[in-house]
Amino acid sequence: MGNTLFDKIWDAHVVSSKEGFPDILYIDTHFIHEVTSPQAFDGLRKRGLPVLRPQQTVATADHNVPTWDQHLPIKEELSRYQVDMLTKNCAEFGVELYGLGHPYQGIVHVIGPELGITRPGGTYVCGDSHTSTHGAFGAIAFGIGTSQVEQVMATQCLLQSRPKRMKIEVNGKLQNGVGAKDIILYIISKTTAAGGTGYAVEYAGDTIRSLSMEGRMTICNMSIEMGARCGLIAPDDTTIEYVQGREFAPKGEDWDKAVAYWNTLYSDDDAQFDSVLNFNAEDIEPMITYGTNPGMGIGVTQHVPVTADVDPTEQKSYANSLAYMGVHDDESLIGKPIDYVFIGSCTNSRIEDLREVATFFKGRHKADHVTVWVVPGSKQVQEQAIAEGLDKVFEAAGFPLREPGCSACLGMNEDKIPAGKYCVSTSNRNFEGRQGPNSRTILASPLTAAAAAVTGKITDIRELLAEGELVG
Amino acid sequence: MSTKIFKHIQSTAVPLPIENIDTDQIIPARFLKATTRDGFGNNLFRDWRFDENDNPKQEFVLNNPTYAGKVLVAGKNFGCGSSREHAAWALSDYGFDAVVSSFFADIFKGNALNNGLLPVQVSDDFLAKIFDELYSDKDAQIEIDLEQQVIRISNTGDEEAFEINAYKKACLTNGYDDIDYILSNKALVEEFESKR
Ligand code: SF4
Repeated sequence: MGNTLFDKIWDAHVVSSKEGFPDILYIDTHFIHEVTSPQAFDGLRKRGLPVLRPQQTVATADHNVPTWDQHLPIKEELSRYQVDMLTKNCAEFGVELYGLGHPYQGIVHVIGPELGITRPGGTYVCGDSHTSTHGAFGAIAFGIGTSQVEQVMATQCLLQSRPKRMKIEVNGKLQNGVGAKDIILYIISKTTAAGGTGYAVEYAGDTIRSLSMEGRMTICNMSIEMGARCGLIAPDDTTIEYVQGREFAPKGEDWDKAVAYWNTLYSDDDAQFDSVLNFNAEDIEPMITYGTNPGMGIGVTQHVPVTADVDPTEQKSYANSLAYMGVHDDESLIGKPIDYVFIGSCTNSRIEDLREVATFFKGRHKADHVTVWVVPGSKQVQEQAIAEGLDKVFEAAGFPLREPGCSACLGMNEDKIPAGKYCVSTSNRNFEGRQGPNSRTILASPLTAAAAAVTGKITDIRELLAEGELVG
Repeated sequence: MSTKIFKHIQSTAVPLPIENIDTDQIIPARFLKATTRDGFGNNLFRDWRFDENDNPKQEFVLNNPTYAGKVLVAGKNFGCGSSREHAAWALSDYGFDAVVSSFFADIFKGNALNNGLLPVQVSDDFLAKIFDELYSDKDAQIEIDLEQQVIRISNTGDEEAFEINAYKKACLTNGYDDIDYILSNKALVEEFESKR
């Protein structure tokens, strides 16, 4: 019987597999950031242990950092303290830090790929659930808790039971204005927020194959939103081209060897999956969420599902969720006024996302009442955007290009959505209060967010796209 | 290094019959700025417990003196969302030793087990029974026997077996942790590295 892509990579990293115990899995690179690492460093100190492989550990400051005036000291005291603590800990334990002001600084899941650290066949972990993003390269990438951060620091290994394997195939041609973000929001709306729990999900099919690396990262990024342990996509020419020439990518002979290995990384035709789902790209509309978990999504022209149609045990929570969002049964959200637009986060803050929205914003202006935050995923994305003049396009559209960080994705810095306000957001979570206490998040693609910025309300991007102007 | 040793709990319980309780509700991101593991209990379910002016919201169950105890009973898919271990710390720090639900998110489950907080997964029916019992008798006791892997409603004698990974159970009942285990296999790690 053939092997799945997931099993091939897993097997290549098993240090020890013993009946009745989780496997000891070797970790190629451990990414750390300021929020989930301080207690882990403390744990090492208490145990008197070093970071075992500091050269396989990469640190950045992203969750807490301001996205304006980054050259100035961080104003918010606790944030500053946490970022300083990371600097101190990295110095003490010999870990390379891409901190504020460093040309490589950025959201941890954006910088790993763009620096060529994330590569096919590798194992990656980070104390952040969206580590699943790195799976887009055909890698195993898990989000972990702080005890596990300490574990990986101490041992370069992670104790893990092998998850079940799921395959999600998407085939067919996407409609104009529909992109990777819509695909994954659509999938999650079908699986529900718990439907992938216990699984490693491999995305396959010609629609997935046709996506750029940025699009694939968007898909894998949100695997965790259906509860999956991780998501991955078999590497192909698109992957190899993306990695080639990047700062830390293998060079010369090493490169050739690596590529030869990467070409063996796919699920065999007769590989067995524990679950298989199939979707048609043609069925996918531009998606938006109406509730308070990412599974509560609909096509932009559809209506909010009626409470009475929901599973009886969930009706109360469902009704609470609609009340929180200020939407009601059977409402069409098209035309609903919104207050903020956030284009950013590890889901949609890469250069391709910024190019796409800049193309749309060219010659258009944001609605007066809408505040627009465009936050690049990394310093490199920011520099690239400026080099291409995208910042000028945004300024002409009525808002600036900000500086890199997680920003309004989780509102740990100053970028918080005020209570009761609606934000169309390209991030990955619409949980209650995620973007600020009592804020209301509507998840969408960068294009749908950009459309809302211009019209000031929920809009079907397809209506704004002149025939052939743009393909999402 | 040992975690808390854990065998048996008997306690009253707090009902929170909401599905998909995510880690942003358990501990909102703005409270993740601490650099130690302590004190998160004060901000557990912060935005459900307190209003904008930090006044307790009377309707929320943790502000309702009727219910208290070491066991939180919650709707399905508890702990979805972020990997923040702070969610497990907050529940423990507040005083919970176990969370009972009919479904747990993976990362949360792992984090809880690594922090001496026992996630007990029961059937939808059994969960409904516990809620019914708690609503008819606020003092109803829930017993959780980790050795036997059984959860029981004391009043009615209803019980159900629950699953737990054998290794994790051994960690909890003996007070050792994953790092101890991997370090005891350090030679294998080095051998693995030397072969690459
Ligand atoms: S952008 Fe949001 S989801 Fe991504 S790493 Fe930062 S906080 Fe997590």
